[in-house]
Amino acid sequence: MTSEQPPAPADRGFFGEARYPGIFGWIFSTDHKRIGLLYLWCIVAFFCVGVLLGLLIRLELFAPGRTIMDAQTYNAVFTLHGVIMIFLFIIPGIPAAFGNLIMPIQLGARDVAFPRLNLLSWWLYISGAGLAVTALFTGGGPPDTGWTFYVPFSAQTSTNVSLATVAVFILGFSSILTGINFVTTIHRLRAEGMTWMRIPLFTWSLYATAWIQILATPVLGITVALLFAERVIGTGLFDPAQGGDPIMFQHLFWIYSHPAVYIMVLPGMGVVSDIVPVFCRKPAFGYKAIVVSSLAIAFAGSLVWAHHMYTSGMSDTAVMVFSFLTFIVAIPSAIKVFNWLATMYQGSILLDPPLLYALSFILLFTIGGLTGLVLGAAAADVHVHDTYFVVGHFHFTMFGGTGMAFFAAMHYWLPKIYGRMYDKTVATVAWGTIFIGFCILYISMKVVGMQGMPRRYWDYVPEFTGLNQLGTFGSWILGIGLVLMFVNLIRGVRSGTPVGANPWGGASLEWQVPSPPPTENFEEDPVVTHGPYDFKKAGIL
Amino acid sequence: MSGHVHRDYTGAKFGMWLFLYTEVLLFGGLFILYAVYLARYPQEFVSAGGQLNVWFGGGNTLVLLTSSLFVAVSITALRRGAVRLCQGLLGATVACAALFMVNKFFEWSAKIDHGIYPGSAQLKKLAPGEMVFFNIYYLTTGLHGIHVVIGAAVLIWTMVFIKTGRVHADDWVILENAGLYWHLVDLIWIFIFPLYYLLLH
Repeated sequence: MTSEQPPAPADRGFFGEARYPGIFGWIFSTDHKRIGLLYLWCIVAFFCVGVLLGLLIRLELFAPGRTIMDAQTYNAVFTLHGVIMIFLFIIPGIPAAFGNLIMPIQLGARDVAFPRLNLLSWWLYISGAGLAVTALFTGGGPPDTGWTFYVPFSAQTSTNVSLATVAVFILGFSSILTGINFVTTIHRLRAEGMTWMRIPLFTWSLYATAWIQILATPVLGITVALLFAERVIGTGLFDPAQGGDPIMFQHLFWIYSHPAVYIMVLPGMGVVSDIVPVFCRKPAFGYKAIVVSSLAIAFAGSLVWAHHMYTSGMSDTAVMVFSFLTFIVAIPSAIKVFNWLATMYQGSILLDPPLLYALSFILLFTIGGLTGLVLGAAAADVHVHDTYFVVGHFHFTMFGGTGMAFFAAMHYWLPKIYGRMYDKTVATVAWGTIFIGFCILYISMKVVGMQGMPRRYWDYVPEFTGLNQLGTFGSWILGIGLVLMFVNLIRGVRSGTPVGANPWGGASLEWQVPSPPPTENFEEDPVVTHGPYDFKKAGIL
Repeated sequence: MSGHVHRDYTGAKFGMWLFLYTEVLLFGGLFILYAVYLARYPQEFVSAGGQLNVWFGGGNTLVLLTSSLFVAVSITALRRGAVRLCQGLLGATVACAALFMVNKFFEWSAKIDHGIYPGSAQLKKLAPGEMVFFNIYYLTTGLHGIHVVIGAAVLIWTMVFIKTGRVHADDWVILENAGLYWHLVDLIWIFIFPLYYLLLH
């Protein structure tokens, strides 16, 4: 770094203005940007922990039999990997971090509708996360049930599942409050001229997501509460010895947890929908279709939960109905993919890092989605159910989808938030490394799953060794790429070259305010006169 | 908060209504289980449900409905500037909540005295459907009871706000939202009462 003068507080935007000194200026701040950054760095920290656990899993699977840990530890490690990645990274990832950072500015608002509730959400998130970590070191040891907490095992295991369910309940509460806040904000705080059809697609996707958060998360709440009651006071609603039915746990769990995968992926789709037009210098093709497909995914995605349960003993009628409904969800997802591609068609494409990550989202999510149809078709599913094929599938959708979108969002919006640009060459190299490592790791999982390797097993037959080793090599490449990416981003936000208000040439409102944005976002309330991708009227083209 | 005073009553009530949906869905999970197990064990649900005391349930229904009336009137009272009347009505609502919980205490005590409670040896001698019934009865009414206590706490908190002048005739959305929450507690009971006390008799 050169010995330049530190910028005046006014130039540092919201960084220069805190109500309380030091860290209290962050953890007690009701500014949506500060809360967004709190979320962002907590989420990134948990993501790194989750990645380390994932690398440990791959290391254990490097050879059959015991490699680095015993079977019980392995169960705890993959449970923890799942719980951290699902509840602490993917679900809050894009909505809580980038939703908070960007969504109010995109609407032309000064903050979210309920700023103090927003701060409470973060506190609930961090408390839930703290409890989840506490569950590892207290009681009967770290939970070993997998992130799905299926009964009867979860009701009987001596590990500390009870505390983990409390943690999940609190995290769910946090998610609900964020959802309520976002829906209210989008309804009530749009700037003058910000009609519904001028809302950027990222914010639209958050709107659809927030509704799922509101309508689905309470069902998870009651499910884990019932599991807690079953463990602590022995209510036995899922216990066959007391007339209960374990299948009901699976139903209730997936009534939340399937819509939850759309909580995870819809915001990612929103990020891609915002990035593609900017880097192709073309208005989003089929804006309305993308909006409607977001809402359609939110709706149809709520009706397909039992496709996780084809082999759990449901009636054939139920299996067929849920299989049919599952295929319907593919339609709005495909609408989005085709619209993104049509947006790129004949565009002036700039292959900057945000677009590279967005493109890998499109490719990897499409593969993940198509393999999802293999699982959605009941006849095919019974053969690959609970194999590594499933693991490969959901890593393509969740990591290749949401994860890549999260990285895209970081490369797209962090220069806005910090007013500094990372090294684009390093970012591109990191992207390539991540992409290659990703493909080696998860394609090998799909193949070995097709060959019949069951998921969640600590040991495997020697025939699967080659592909497992290939996957582990892939995980190392992926890990190197991630380190490169994060180091580059952190160097960028700390000491990158300063950028102006609009480094990418975006037309939505967040690019019209300074980087970093001032505390109140706008000097005076903006009046919106054109759509979010109208580059001509915004003066970009 | 932002530097300028920003009051959005519609927004505040909108947010509250969204929250109430989440509460309905929380109980929705229990109602789904009730429906499934009722369909599976209709006979045993009737034999177990017949042991519940309609008078306890009916009395509590009356108490809660009355309390909802008090809350509704208290909002109108505050808007017309009758602060003391408003506080009195809210106090009456909280008293109803206490009465409800006392009633519940006696109802549960009677059952527990007979050895019927989750995990008890007596309960495990019953038929499977009866065990499910009592388990879900305790869980549903217990969760509702927790909501009664939370609702009463919210009303007391609102009374403090009225006393300190933060909630008054021109700024009463907190009271209205607290009232909405209380109506929800009432509403859920209106579903619990027929399902557990009337339907199975």
